[in-house]
Amino acid sequence: MQGHSTYQPKSGLAKWFESRLPIVGLVHSSAIAYPVPRNLNYFWTFGGILMFMLVAQILTGVVLAMHYTPEATKAFASVEKIMRDVNYGWLLRYLHANGASMFFIAVYIHMFRGMYYGSYKAPREILWILGVLIFLLMMATAFMGYVLPWGQMSFWGATVITNLFSAIPGVGQAVVTWLWGGFSVDNPTLNRFFALHYLLPFMIAGVVALHIWALHHVGQNNPTGVEVKDFRKDTLPFTPYATIKDGFAMICFIAFFAWFVFYIPNYLGHADNYIEANPLVTPSHIVPEWYFLPFYAILRAIPSKLGGVLMMFGAIAVLFILPWLDTSKVRSAKYRPMFKIFFWIFVADAVILGWLGSKPAEEPYITYARIATAWYFIHFLIVIPVLGRIEKTKPLPASIAESVLGPSGGHGFPGGAAASPETKG
Amino acid sequence: MAATHDAAEPTRRDFLYLATGAAAAVGAGFTVWPFVAQMNPDASALALATSEVDISQIAEGQIITVKWRGKPVFVWNRTAKDIEEAKAVKVSQLPDRNARNENLAPDAEATDENRAAKGKENWLIVTGICTHLGCVPTSKSGEFDGWLCPCHGSHYDSAGRIRKGPAPENLHIPPYAFDSDTKITIG
Repeated sequence: MQGHSTYQPKSGLAKWFESRLPIVGLVHSSAIAYPVPRNLNYFWTFGGILMFMLVAQILTGVVLAMHYTPEATKAFASVEKIMRDVNYGWLLRYLHANGASMFFIAVYIHMFRGMYYGSYKAPREILWILGVLIFLLMMATAFMGYVLPWGQMSFWGATVITNLFSAIPGVGQAVVTWLWGGFSVDNPTLNRFFALHYLLPFMIAGVVALHIWALHHVGQNNPTGVEVKDFRKDTLPFTPYATIKDGFAMICFIAFFAWFVFYIPNYLGHADNYIEANPLVTPSHIVPEWYFLPFYAILRAIPSKLGGVLMMFGAIAVLFILPWLDTSKVRSAKYRPMFKIFFWIFVADAVILGWLGSKPAEEPYITYARIATAWYFIHFLIVIPVLGRIEKTKPLPASIAESVLGPSGGHGFPGGAAASPETKG
Repeated sequence: MAATHDAAEPTRRDFLYLATGAAAAVGAGFTVWPFVAQMNPDASALALATSEVDISQIAEGQIITVKWRGKPVFVWNRTAKDIEEAKAVKVSQLPDRNARNENLAPDAEATDENRAAKGKENWLIVTGICTHLGCVPTSKSGEFDGWLCPCHGSHYDSAGRIRKGPAPENLHIPPYAFDSDTKITIG
């Protein structure tokens, strides 16, 4: 989406600077003049919300690191010190802990949005793959962060997840020992997890930059899934239109976030994690954080250690190839009546898997988990490829402008703003 | 600069290119290794720790947990009923037929004789780490009167052998020795 870099430095200093480092022009073209499809709905505001969450997590995380001690005998007490003694420590920690959950709520909505509107299809495959990479990095970061308070759930969660690698034939146990730096999860493990937990968010920020670069190169998808045909009719300048919409959604999301932080800060956590880690006693019911539950259910559904681990990683790996599994030419579920039904079945399946992941590993939950796991893979490997071939799709609108303004529309107002966005606020 | 364009003969630049590339590859390999190896257990973790356990106070039927190398080890003074139950099981019925006993040959069969202490069949000493994903199983529970892992539902029998559930192997038996009738050394 080139051709909208309308930044013209006015003052002598601005011209001097721009000819040496054109960063103001870059910001202008990507956050002010950047053309966004005029029909975007509120599901398109989650990219901005996710940016906010990443910055919020880094900010709260850096200040928490100033008070935290990554040493096995002191970590638990240092977190309690943050909660009781450090000025506003309780707030910072609750923001960071609940922030992780908010980050995942936003990313799951963002991903389902992409699936519903076919945002992963050509030419946005790389954009989608970068997104799945960010998701993977987020999961690694969240997992290691959860270990740091060194409570019972921290310790046993770390034990179970690192032991997944022991399923690798031959070298599994050596890999696990290498990850631990010992013969069980212990101080060396805590130490390295802290170092990596501090590093990974900055790697996420790097991949986010690539994600946005790819997005701004191919342009945003939109609820119709029809490509932009005429910039003047189909798009609006990012500022003020998208800026205000993103800003409003962000404030609503922050209010939701604040409700958790101030009223139910431990609702998404586990009481067991307020008991200090004890390597000799496993809690009777260990569960991961809610955002891992669907994958945890898949792991437990398979009656073989290696098989369960492979299926769990496969559940994420299948997302990488989604752009090539979907054979439909039509992007948006709005015009795909059958896909729309299967999409919502898939959403229900993912939610059911999450619920099953929180249940103990016994009947009837194991059978349910097996059915739900099977459906998860059937959806991606059979339903999506087959639907694209047999589905009768609805007619697409001729353009984005037509879908918004009707067949005669698309002239004059408010597209006129695209010509002079800087006068609009 | 005549040698730089489409020369059939190798030039000095070709030689430099190959030599630099080879040195970089070897150098990168040597440099990467310390960064990988630093994650392995350090000298203090490797120093082979042993734990001495006084078993004179363990009543018949009682299981105690001791710590060895940061891991729990179960020491169980089994009753005659526990032993009988374990002996009644044929090796061919077991999901894992290997004794997993570090004190025996690696291919020893998972009979009760090969699992219990030699000549003292009431004593069963196993590492308390589920072979599935490393949780500590709960003693005297599950369907086979041995251990039940609370994490993912693996059932072990009264010889610590996996009978049901996702765990692939029997509970491992650490190296140990009886110093006397009332004292053992693990490790």
